[in-house]
Amino acid sequence: MKDENLFNALIELADDHSILCHRLGEWCGHAPILEEDLALTNMALDLIGTARNLYTYAAEIEGRGRSEDDLAYLRNERQFRNLLMVERPNGDFAHTMLRQLFFAAFMEPYWQAALESRDETLRGIAGKALKEMGYHIRHAGEWVIRLGDGTEESAERMQAAMEALHIYVDELFHSSPAAEAAAKAGLLPERGALRTAWLENITPILAEARLELPEAPNPQIGGRAGLHGEDLGHILCEMQYLQRSHPGATW
Amino acid sequence: MQKNGRLRWRPRSEAGASPRTPGYFRTNDEESEMKEETPLWEVFIRPRNGLAHRHVGSVHAADAVLALDAARDVYTRRGEGNSIWVVPSAAITASDPDHADETFDPTADKIYRHPTFYDIPEDVGHM
Repeated sequence: MKDENLFNALIELADDHSILCHRLGEWCGHAPILEEDLALTNMALDLIGTARNLYTYAAEIEGRGRSEDDLAYLRNERQFRNLLMVERPNGDFAHTMLRQLFFAAFMEPYWQAALESRDETLRGIAGKALKEMGYHIRHAGEWVIRLGDGTEESAERMQAAMEALHIYVDELFHSSPAAEAAAKAGLLPERGALRTAWLENITPILAEARLELPEAPNPQIGGRAGLHGEDLGHILCEMQYLQRSHPGATW
Repeated sequence: MQKNGRLRWRPRSEAGASPRTPGYFRTNDEESEMKEETPLWEVFIRPRNGLAHRHVGSVHAADAVLALDAARDVYTRRGEGNSIWVVPSAAITASDPDHADETFDPTADKIYRHPTFYDIPEDVGHM
């Protein structure tokens, strides 16, 4: 393998995107209004696009003939390295929008920083994803504001989403040894350095939404080590069913 | 009741005799106030610089900002344009199909309004 650290760091990123994509896809046909049904699946398509680019590049670096499909559909739970936040169940619309805001508010400065990567392919992936994350922040942010500062019920639901999700925020800024090495090599951004940028994205939105980010003395971490909640198994059952039952199936 | 609603002509039998008579118009406000539903917005997209915005459909949204997002997500998925307008449907005054005869038919026999009676020199090409 050309660069095992980069391979592992790419898998972490790709898993974040493909699992969150699957979660958003679960809203297809179930969103509160048709307009939002399309918005959620549009965002899911942005995420699967980025996941594909990352898996494909990871497979190329691995150089063992595996494809993007092998990496997405033929690994087990413990081999998935996604953030715990992205595998959280959708909950209600408030949960989904707040999770999307948290994730996009991190990935936007992440891709911004990745434009300076020494790796040309990564600069290309970053350039495309950066614009998409800008829209995800805007769309999810507008909803967080309206629900947080909306009716009594919508404010309660948004507050409940905040309480449920804030314990997963800290993991965004953690680096695995592989990600750390890729950052040192100038290939991928240093995650820990993005906390300020994340807060700059989040703070004005939360202020308008009359929400506060609570302290999380015991943040939930473990995704990068393959330690997941039971929800991930259920996602993989559904997501990988086709490739597992019909190995090698293609369109 | 005409503050912001889409104005529709009522059949004369139901209403006053002239548009100046109160009650001659009926507005969407009267209907939406009863139902309290998410407002409807008409969406206009400009396909390219230099072209006009064209009506492409409508979306439901609670306010103008969300209406723009919804229009983007519903109507520009395949690169349809580079500018979006949204207009509250209630702000549009529409002609009444029941009055289509008197509104549109009188032009039918005025063919001299069409510029089809001029010989155009070949050098001009397509006009």
